Amino acid sequence: MTGRSAGSEGDARRHPAPRGGRHHRQRRAPAPGPVPALRRAGGQGGLPSTVALRPVTETLIWIAVALVAIGLYLSWTAGRLDRLHTRIDAARAALDAQLLRRASVTQELATSGVLDPAASIVLYEAAHAARQSEEEHREVAESELSTALRAVFGETAQVEAVKEIPGGEEAASELAAAVRRVPMARRFHNDAVRAARALRRHRTVRWFRLAGHAPFPLAFEMDDEPPVALADRPVS
Amino acid sequence: MKIGIVCPYSWDVPGGVQFHIRDLAEHLIGLGHQVSVLAPADDETPLPPYVVSAGRAVPVPYNGSVARLNFGFLSAARVRRWLHDGTFDVIHIHEPTSPSLGLLTCWAAQGPIVATFHTSNPRSRAMIAAYPILQPALEKISARIAVSEYARRTLVEHLGGDAVVIPNGVDVGFFDKAEPKVEWQGGTIGFIGRIDEPRKGLPVLMRALPAILAARPETRLLVAGRGDEEEAVASLPEAMRERVEFLGMVSDEDKARLLRSVDVYVAPNTGGESFGIILVEAMSAGAPVLASDLDAFAQVLDLGAAGELFANEDAEALASAAIRLLGDPERRAELSDRGRAHVRRFDWSTVGADILAVYETVTDGAASVATDERTGLRARFGLARD
Repeated sequence: MTGRSAGSEGDARRHPAPRGGRHHRQRRAPAPGPVPALRRAGGQGGLPSTVALRPVTETLIWIAVALVAIGLYLSWTAGRLDRLHTRIDAARAALDAQLLRRASVTQELATSGVLDPAASIVLYEAAHAARQSEEEHREVAESELSTALRAVFGETAQVEAVKEIPGGEEAASELAAAVRRVPMARRFHNDAVRAARALRRHRTVRWFRLAGHAPFPLAFEMDDEPPVALADRPVS
Repeated sequence: MKIGIVCPYSWDVPGGVQFHIRDLAEHLIGLGHQVSVLAPADDETPLPPYVVSAGRAVPVPYNGSVARLNFGFLSAARVRRWLHDGTFDVIHIHEPTSPSLGLLTCWAAQGPIVATFHTSNPRSRAMIAAYPILQPALEKISARIAVSEYARRTLVEHLGGDAVVIPNGVDVGFFDKAEPKVEWQGGTIGFIGRIDEPRKGLPVLMRALPAILAARPETRLLVAGRGDEEEAVASLPEAMRERVEFLGMVSDEDKARLLRSVDVYVAPNTGGESFGIILVEAMSAGAPVLASDLDAFAQVLDLGAAGELFANEDAEALASAAIRLLGDPERRAELSDRGRAHVRRFDWSTVGADILAVYETVTDGAASVATDERTGLRARFGLARD
């Protein structure tokens, strides 16, 4: 350290500089002296090298930890989303089953000759349309079936008449079960859709495209009010 | 169907949720289903054969009162073992937002999960803080049931999503067939509930009692429930204390007989109720009901058509309504008839069928319940060999 600062003084002596400049150098020399000295000494190995590298290693470790944590969080969120999509699929299958069941029971009743011809035709048409409808018209067709059922089974007398006929008791209870389970299944389906949509709107899911190519889930909206005479627990 | 039911509160402490689960389990077993109930219980408590103990519950202050809850590593392990051994088609969790077995099961299980929300608390700070923790667990629930329209509204507001409303069940026939007891008849008012729990409203009734006794001196008040009896009557004048009769804790049979015997059943609860099963029981027994106008009570009483309502915490309104009812046998008979007709929708035959319909809807096309083995990282990147 002393030798080097002496050397620099020697340099200054060998190349004489303007007076002001020399004066300036002499004044500055003690201040930057220790810093480059330490840096050069670090290059030669020993204790000072760890002092210099530690912040870098530490930073690297922290970055690695953060990356792993982010990775775990993303993986966990992807798992959540995956589970929600599975839940929607199951709920959709259940809703589909209930809708088909309702349409089939209606069609069966309509063709059994239990009802008067006008009611039979109305129900048959609506049930047929609901079963055959394309995906994008399904909500409308199913709503129309609900309306038709409400029109025919609006009064308790009609339900009683069906029950009196041999086998009518079972048909009536099957229809009652079907019209009450459709709203239930639809509510569960839409609840699953809402949960998935809430998660998919989350920043993390959008930025990292965690949803992949899965289509944005859509709620199933329809009029599923059951006929009063078939609802076991009348709405108060 | 193999059904697993999770009870969040200690089985040894009587409570609305516990009774509901017991009756549901027995109703389902009666229909030929296999039912297993996981509940916190002390080791020495005798348990019915269908209950599996999840260990002792720890008393902790929660939600304004001391609740006995289960949490921790040991409970979580027991939940996993129960799920693993049970191989259930569906599990039914009660009160999934309480920090107890319900939430633990939600974390540990996958497959068709049904949850019933009993309470309807206004949104609490704790709930807001816990929301990010709760949400991933609640997402697993395939079907939500709320016990009343009021409970459903709170659920929709606080947690989002939707629920079907299925009320709590009551064995209507049991209360209807009970024999009235002669010494509990004749100008009697009934009250059932914890004496030392202010939310049950006994203090309100005590404030109203002097006015009632002034108008109808032959009236007696029958109180069934635990608590300090001396303290309860402390606010009454000395002479009136003999008109209050404490029956202590009563058996289910005596409860039914009490409800069959009284002239008016009073439910002065001041809050914290989301359903009001006791009102349904009173109506099943044909007792005319006079209740505070809590949202949940108004709903159960068909907005006042099946029982009378008075302004909550208003002792004067309670007194005048009670005096009017005690002096009007015709109105009492009318209320009794309307109540009996109204409670048919709460009978287990109806409620049980609805709950089973929910089970069948969620199990349609779904695999059975299993413990939730988190997908390994290898599998998630498509590297697992299977």
